[in-house]
Amino acid sequence: MKIVVTVKLVPDTNAVKRIDPATKRLVRTGVETVINPFDEYAIEAALALKEKLGGDTTVTIFTMAAESGKEVVRKALAMGADDAVMLSDAGLEGSDVWASAYAMAQALKKIGFDLIICGALAEDGNTGGLPNALSEYLGVPALTNARHIEISDAKVKAQRETDSGYQVVTGALPMLMTVTMAVGEPRYASLKGIMGAKRKTTAVMALSELGLEKAVGTGGAKTEVVEIAARPARGKARVEEAADGPAGAKIIFDFLKERKLL
Amino acid sequence: MIRDTVRAFVTDQILPRIGDWFEQGFLPKELARNLGGLGLLGMHLSGYGCPGASAVAYGLACMELEAGDSGVRSFASVQGSLAMFAIHRWGSEEQKQQWLAPMAAGEKIGCFGLTEADFGSNPAGMRTSARRDGGDWILNGTKMWITNGGIADVAVIWAMTDEGIRGFCVPAQTKGFTANDIERKLSLRASITSELVLHDCRLPADAAFPEVHGLKGPLACLNEARYGIIWGSMGAARTCYETALDYAKTRVQFDRPIAAFQLTQQKLVDMLLELGKGTLLALHIGRMKDGGRAAPDHVSFGKLNNVREALQIAREARTILGANGVTLEYPVIRHMNNLESVLTYEGTSEIHTLILGQAITGKPAFT
Repeated sequence: MKIVVTVKLVPDTNAVKRIDPATKRLVRTGVETVINPFDEYAIEAALALKEKLGGDTTVTIFTMAAESGKEVVRKALAMGADDAVMLSDAGLEGSDVWASAYAMAQALKKIGFDLIICGALAEDGNTGGLPNALSEYLGVPALTNARHIEISDAKVKAQRETDSGYQVVTGALPMLMTVTMAVGEPRYASLKGIMGAKRKTTAVMALSELGLEKAVGTGGAKTEVVEIAARPARGKARVEEAADGPAGAKIIFDFLKERKLL
Repeated sequence: MIRDTVRAFVTDQILPRIGDWFEQGFLPKELARNLGGLGLLGMHLSGYGCPGASAVAYGLACMELEAGDSGVRSFASVQGSLAMFAIHRWGSEEQKQQWLAPMAAGEKIGCFGLTEADFGSNPAGMRTSARRDGGDWILNGTKMWITNGGIADVAVIWAMTDEGIRGFCVPAQTKGFTANDIERKLSLRASITSELVLHDCRLPADAAFPEVHGLKGPLACLNEARYGIIWGSMGAARTCYETALDYAKTRVQFDRPIAAFQLTQQKLVDMLLELGKGTLLALHIGRMKDGGRAAPDHVSFGKLNNVREALQIAREARTILGANGVTLEYPVIRHMNNLESVLTYEGTSEIHTLILGQAITGKPAFT
């Protein structure tokens, strides 16, 4: 079975992020690039499946990113993925979710897959829209927010997280899946994995190899960022006075209940 | 990437717990498997399940582990650079086959018995002896200050024989072998330190390391571990410096952060200079070691300088933290106390001074 994990390279989670007012895009230069933390869970899910299924199961990392991101992709290989493919082309610059998904889908068709696993969200854009758009272009079902995953005889059974609990969902391969953080903590890249990753291949694909029928990049984007604004400053905290412990507890209880946290 | 992985491991798995471990005088045994799973035990050795990383990569790992705690780095040093290195360098093929892979995985733990209560800097005077009895060896004596002693599955023991000092692989379940943990330490508390007692320990002939005779056996191992300390001490120093810098930026006195005061800036800059110089020195010696050009003198140079400066940085950081600096809420006093041990073990600063003194004058001043 061939599992492909889509990975986005994003600016370091802890770095202060800046948006260029001219292009209205996130400034990616001068900031360390890392694997989108949500995608690390997708990698973990794929590697755990590979260990469980054994045999000829392989895990391929796929990313749409500048070639300079090769070193970052290597971390996924060090964690245990078998190989990686990067879709790198200056023509992709300015792609929105729609254009990115279209280009990625064409590349994924070329790579081939039985199961695609995506992180639920990317740290930088926070749209969470790409996996569904991708499944649409690929014509495969999307099983979203999965946590516990079982696969046998090309059938998938997964627990799908909801606000109140989980659903048990089944489906047939090929399919696309997004996973939540409950799928398991991403493993550390071991020293052997890090050293072994140097010998694994990262293929680079260009747009010209894909035979695209639709525009991508800025020209193919269907959405436009019209305006950007800083997050409004947080208002003053609410201060409550309570006569005694039980009264204070009641205020906290009501506060949590009002927000449906209890 | 090795640095990032070890740093992430230390941040997630060590830092949240190390204050408690230090307070309780405890190091969880499962840490061995975690470190083994990452490939950090015996990482610079090749074959027998060891990954064969470079000296610089090994140094970076030591630095990140000791940025967590010197006790954690000591565990990895003793396992990889003393016990495993001794078996890898001097052991028979059977000993290598038996011990190295499970030790690399952290399934088996090793310790290294050279020091005795009365023979620390002068190991040549050791009283632990091994005599032949038919085809067997009989070991008698007591080793002291042995890291990992109480949790070890195998001890590498150096003992005086008729043929000079020889090394032995002593499984912990050998009759007559006991380990007594040393209590009431105020340094390296998240590390097991023990006394090893060998009372008529009978070992088969093949328990002895086949080739090596004399002090060069254990000294080759010590040189490996000392090398790791050159890096590790800078990890501890870095944590102290970063803690002091953060604290100074937020601690307000006389209506401004203490980082804005010239005296504090002087301290921080002095710390930064020594931290930067020491780290570059570690990198330089690491590259020499990878190129096969690092001599024991170079390692003494690095160990003496970096541990001394790390201790100074820790003490200076403590003053910036004021009274808060003496509590385990901050890592500084833990590192400071740990570094007192690091200054002494693996060759005291005095011995390294004399090694360098001999190197530049050609005159040994040990006796």
